[in-house]
Amino acid sequence: MPAQSLNRRSMLLGTGAAALLAHRAGAAALNPALPAGTREEAITVVLPGKQPLIKLSWRPPNYETPLEGFTTPLTANNQFFVRYHLANVPTEAELANWSLTVGGEAAGSEVKFSLDDLKGLPVSEVTAVCQCSGNRRGLFSPHVPGVQWGIGAMGNAVWRGVKLSDVLAKAGVKPGAVEVAFRGADGPVVEATPVFRKSIPLDRALDGSVLLAWEMNGEKLPIWNGFPVRVIVPGWTGTYWIKHVTRIDVLAKPLDNFWMAKAYRVPRGVFPATQPFVTQDNEKTSPITEIIVNSLITAPLDGAAVGAAGFTVRGLAWDGGQGIAKVDVSLDGGANWDAAALGEDLGRFAFRPWSFAAPAGRTGSLTVLARATNAAGAVQPAKLVANPAGYHHNVIAAITVTAG
Amino acid sequence: MKALVVLALLAATPAMAANGPAPEELVTLKPAAGLEVVNQNCGGCHSLDYVRMNAPFLNADVWKAEVTKMRNAFGAQLTDADAAAIQKYLTDNYGPPAS
Repeated sequence: MPAQSLNRRSMLLGTGAAALLAHRAGAAALNPALPAGTREEAITVVLPGKQPLIKLSWRPPNYETPLEGFTTPLTANNQFFVRYHLANVPTEAELANWSLTVGGEAAGSEVKFSLDDLKGLPVSEVTAVCQCSGNRRGLFSPHVPGVQWGIGAMGNAVWRGVKLSDVLAKAGVKPGAVEVAFRGADGPVVEATPVFRKSIPLDRALDGSVLLAWEMNGEKLPIWNGFPVRVIVPGWTGTYWIKHVTRIDVLAKPLDNFWMAKAYRVPRGVFPATQPFVTQDNEKTSPITEIIVNSLITAPLDGAAVGAAGFTVRGLAWDGGQGIAKVDVSLDGGANWDAAALGEDLGRFAFRPWSFAAPAGRTGSLTVLARATNAAGAVQPAKLVANPAGYHHNVIAAITVTAG
Repeated sequence: MKALVVLALLAATPAMAANGPAPEELVTLKPAAGLEVVNQNCGGCHSLDYVRMNAPFLNADVWKAEVTKMRNAFGAQLTDADAAAIQKYLTDNYGPPAS
């Protein structure tokens, strides 16, 4: 069936043509703070192998997880968000003969690995949040250009694979190495577009925390999330988590390309990191690295009616690996705060569920806030920390409910 | 009978398979001067919902910066005249409403 132009009205009217567009799942529940154009554009669509996700762009495919995907601390593979920069996305069939080459100017030798070769190395596992640097960009005020993500460009999964350090040991690392660079099988449409290649500091590559994963929540990786193998950099934003990784280079010089030097940068000093990426710092900006402390309210829904006899506020909290120390909830717009109960600890890089039993006795409109604090004392701000590219949105979120 | 036909078509739609490319619907931007230049030069590398999603809040300077980024960073091969036409189209049709 050829792609068809279809306006929203004809879909809502349920014309025959609309019914045949099987990938359309319906209208998305969207935050009114998103740009008007985004709210018109974002519909729920079924990508092959996925549940309905919120489509932001068809090509390259950029889809976020709806709020209901975050009612559990692990995000289901078929609800996990999808983010590509460039539209040449490989199919699973094209990756049937996948291999990984490890080399580069500061590697001892060049070594090629099949998936079976990797699986022959000691296996390692981590539960970690993969969050797009620009998650919640669409909620920036004033708005900034880019993919206008709502709350769902993130997910938490159990990633199983091998340590990057074990793979690098097979090739050897020469003195003078500074960074390790990754590229994947996805690429640009035209040759003049820079391939999506990213690097991490050598220290991070060798400390055993970075994985090359072939399994996500006990299953092979969905194609949209990096089949057959992706890079897992726990605690760092998704930009470093290269999908379909085919080439790893040990570099003697910092990687200098558009994706490192121009994109994914934050004003220097504004978002201090515990492990700064110093080889990529310049005078004015630093590369975005660690996820900053954040939380999400998953219940009740914004605008919901709740009982005067009390109700439960639930959600998730996460950060870049310090771990969540506490989550406080306010039922009166921030005047008073009480501690929520923290749920199961799936690890310091994972979503931490929390809940708060709001007592009986309140009626009328309530502004409910949740505010997470991590183990290092970092706390979500009341006011957006503005930055030109729209990264690291971690403002305390508010919902309004009516009790009665 | 009609329902059966629809069901059969649904089952045969590639989007319903576990494998296959991402679905895509043609995105039609507002008809206005310059649309042809936009369609010819922008849609090859990305779907045009990128434009509608980023509206209506980018002013002339920011739309110009976006077009410049597409030329300088992403390698879009545009003549200066086409770049100017695209900037004008985006600003006029997807910029902030005139105050």
